[in-house]
Amino acid sequence: MDEYRYDHQTVKGFIVSSIFWGVVGILIGLWISIQMWHPAANIQPYFTFGRLRVVHTNGLAFGLGVGAIFGIFYYITMRLCRRPLLFPRLARFHLYLFNAAIALAALSLLAGYTQSLEYAELEWPLDIGVVILWMIFAINIFGTIFSRREEQMYISLWYIIATVIAVAILYIINNLSIPAGLLKSYHLFAGVNSANVQWWYGHNAVGFVFTTPILAMFYYFLPKSTGLPIYSHRLSIIAFWSLVFAYLWTGAHHLVYTPLPDWIQTVGIVFTMFLIAPSWGSVVNGYYTVGQDWERAKNNYLTKFFILGITFYGLQTVQGPTQGLRIVSQLIHYTDWVPGHVHMGTMGWVTMTVAASVYYIIPKIYNTEIHSVKVANIHFWLVLIGQLIFSITMWITGIQQGALQKAVNPDGSLKYTMVEIIAKNYPYWEMRTVGGIIFTIGMLFFIYNIYMTIRKGKALQQA
Amino acid sequence: MAGLHETLHKRPIIFALLATATVLAGTIVTMLYPMLRPEMHPRLENLKPYTALQLAGRDIYQREGCFYCHTQTVRPLKTEVLRYGEYSKAGEFAYDHPFLWGSKRTGPDLARIGGKYPDAWHYRHMENPRAFFKESNMPSYAFLKERKLNPEEVERHMNALGFPYTREEIEALKDKTEMDAIVAYLQVIGTAVKKKEVQVEAKVVEEINPLSGKPEAIKKGKEIYEKNCEICHGDDGKGGIGPTLRDNVWLGKEGEISDGKLFSIIADGTQAGMPPFGTQIDKEGIWSLVSYIRTLQEKK
Ligand code: HEC
Ligand code: HEC
Ligand code: HEM
Ligand code: HEM
Repeated sequence: MDEYRYDHQTVKGFIVSSIFWGVVGILIGLWISIQMWHPAANIQPYFTFGRLRVVHTNGLAFGLGVGAIFGIFYYITMRLCRRPLLFPRLARFHLYLFNAAIALAALSLLAGYTQSLEYAELEWPLDIGVVILWMIFAINIFGTIFSRREEQMYISLWYIIATVIAVAILYIINNLSIPAGLLKSYHLFAGVNSANVQWWYGHNAVGFVFTTPILAMFYYFLPKSTGLPIYSHRLSIIAFWSLVFAYLWTGAHHLVYTPLPDWIQTVGIVFTMFLIAPSWGSVVNGYYTVGQDWERAKNNYLTKFFILGITFYGLQTVQGPTQGLRIVSQLIHYTDWVPGHVHMGTMGWVTMTVAASVYYIIPKIYNTEIHSVKVANIHFWLVLIGQLIFSITMWITGIQQGALQKAVNPDGSLKYTMVEIIAKNYPYWEMRTVGGIIFTIGMLFFIYNIYMTIRKGKALQQA
Repeated sequence: MAGLHETLHKRPIIFALLATATVLAGTIVTMLYPMLRPEMHPRLENLKPYTALQLAGRDIYQREGCFYCHTQTVRPLKTEVLRYGEYSKAGEFAYDHPFLWGSKRTGPDLARIGGKYPDAWHYRHMENPRAFFKESNMPSYAFLKERKLNPEEVERHMNALGFPYTREEIEALKDKTEMDAIVAYLQVIGTAVKKKEVQVEAKVVEEINPLSGKPEAIKKGKEIYEKNCEICHGDDGKGGIGPTLRDNVWLGKEGEISDGKLFSIIADGTQAGMPPFGTQIDKEGIWSLVSYIRTLQEKK
């Protein structure tokens, strides 16, 4: 184990940092959810909804999501290559740089420095920092893979390779901009073209931050925790290549009924429908994997995290393509339905799978057991309930918004003003905050459990 | 195929190249190729680049994240055109770096906000949206009034985008606040497409109010008035952002006004800041308003 000790500290560093940024992001999530029904919770100029929302999304996508990806990918890559990282000190530097970048990102966004491109809001100096971070990561991952001591690359490594490549292409192209000062720039692209580039990026940020990396974790940790091999290798191969192929065609489903040329919308929608297939390839593979020996699988407390996570992924990837259809988009686009969709994916699939992976890794690093399975079970049920309340209330109010906006009087005039419709959302927005609080309490149980496990592990090391 | 893949798993470089090619396929067809086509770079003939003040306002719109609550595209759907006006055209956005269409409508779409309200409305609304609509969850932006623009910075931004400007224009920014800038920006959004003059073509409008003098109609008219008109025309029509409704001056002209003309002012709005209500209030409602307004005139 000693050979890995230094790298494991780096992995742990990423995991702890990602949890830290996760807490920040989630608390800001609660805050903006309160601002929705209690506008007095806006504090001008720095803490208004428009400035905090972007800290919430970036904090969680990049702080929690990408932080966990860095740490967990390093861990998986070492295991699958049977060797420590090729550049251990570079990885440690990567950890420090990552935290510095996220801290600066949060501050700069609160100060209002933003490119106004969803999930690519950071201004150009920070973009350069992000690209450097990603290059360091790529060098270490590829370096370690090239010098691996295991001939075959396992499924998770395929997803890791695809993630590293795709994110680099996406991030660099969408952030091309005209600098107009140290902290101000304008998108290189304009109007319709700018929209098309942004949503090509935006959808694939979801694809290559919230989907492929999480699948890499799923394919590695599900067999590890249950002791059962992935059910079908062939299905994994087909699902991988078709997913990575199709994702890039679908960005236009975020721009249905906008002035974007119709043909691009239609191509986007067609590939969006197709995406159900590779997505469900992984879902089915997961189900059959535990189906091989359910008695055995269900004995591990992590199985339910992974199976529920992949179930939400399955629901997400049916709901997503449905949303892309013109007839459905008409009703739910721009409404609260979409945050319902988003949080089923982020809370139900991403956070669930990441948490389970962390539960697996931390005791392994310290060569011990998790502090308490009971606490992990409480964590599981609370985040599940919190997430369901969040998503279901948003789906209901989203459909209501869509329907009321379309309602007309017998003579053809509109039945409701926007303000009347907004007033009807308040009870649902309040319920969402309740769901969010339950979710947050669940996450606190998780953090407590990890903290106690690390403490136990440190004591063991010293002994 | 599985056999081929077996070899592939042993060759990370080939694997990575193949993955890159796979990712690039959709990228090229749906993102890079369209960029070469003129349909991605249309420009309406009467679309003008932003002035220095308007661009400063747009920068503030970006900085404050207004687009997380407001969209700027009207979809070509019947009820949406009724609510907001003409649907958005690709050629309206040629100077938008980046586009600000947004993805969520917590508040109304703003693609046709330009000219919908008088400036005074925006100043008061931005300062405290709940003064107009107590159910609004839009943040207050009173601090924009306190902040002065920085002309050098705005000039740098104009240069970066290559927009034309004059020296006087930049000098004039010295005395402007961020609030002036954001209102100037809001007032230009969507104005390259001409507003429809008539909102309610389909409604056959009688020349004489069928509900004239009816007490229930007056009561209903008063209710509608308080909900929709009071913020501009004041209580009981005494005037405010909009003109008084108690005198005999109508759109600047003195004299009697017919019921039909009153109906069409309310239904179609005017180019000078009276918003159209014909798509929001049904015909009976508008006639009730006319009945109510007639009682105000008697009050003077
Ligand atoms: C939390 C979401 C939110 C944010 C952020 C927000 N708004 Fe609003 N906005 C609303 C809501 C809700 C309404 C409708 C009620 C009202 O008029 O206050 C509205 C209404 C408006 C209107 C009137 C639209 C109409 O047609 O009547 C304008 C103009 C406007 N906002 C501009 C802005 C600007 C400029 C910003 C950024 C500085 C901004 N808003 C930020 C939610 C928001
Ligand atoms: C955003 C502010 C605003 C609102 C809300 C508004 N108005 Fe107006 N209204 C104006 C302005 C400004 C004018 C002057 C327009 C012009 O000179 O072209 C005007 C003009 C009028 C006139 C012509 C009066 C005259 O003296 O010239 C009538 C009648 C009228 N409005 C009725 C209404 C009614 C009824 C409602 C509610 C359904 C309403 N308005 C809501 C701003 C508003
Ligand atoms: C306590 C838990 C949470 C609460 C209360 C919360 C609340 C919110 C709110 C109020 C919004 C704005 C929605 C709108 O504009 O209408 C939002 C958006 C968003 N949140 Fe969360 N959130 C939580 C957890 C998370 C987590 C864990 C993630 C990711 C891992 C996440 C990712 C996002 C994203 C990506 C968006 C943007 C959605 C869009 O553009 O439609 N959230 N959240
Ligand atoms: C096959 C898979 C999926 C498809 C086809 C899909 C489709 C869509 C569509 C069409 C929208 C736009 C809705 C609208 O604005 O009208 C959307 C939004 C979104 N989806 Fe999905 N989705 C999929 C899976 C996922 C997953 C797994 C996540 C993980 C978290 C996710 C996260 C998001 C986010 C964050 C947004 C909001 C984007 C924004 O407006 O800011 N999606 N999705």
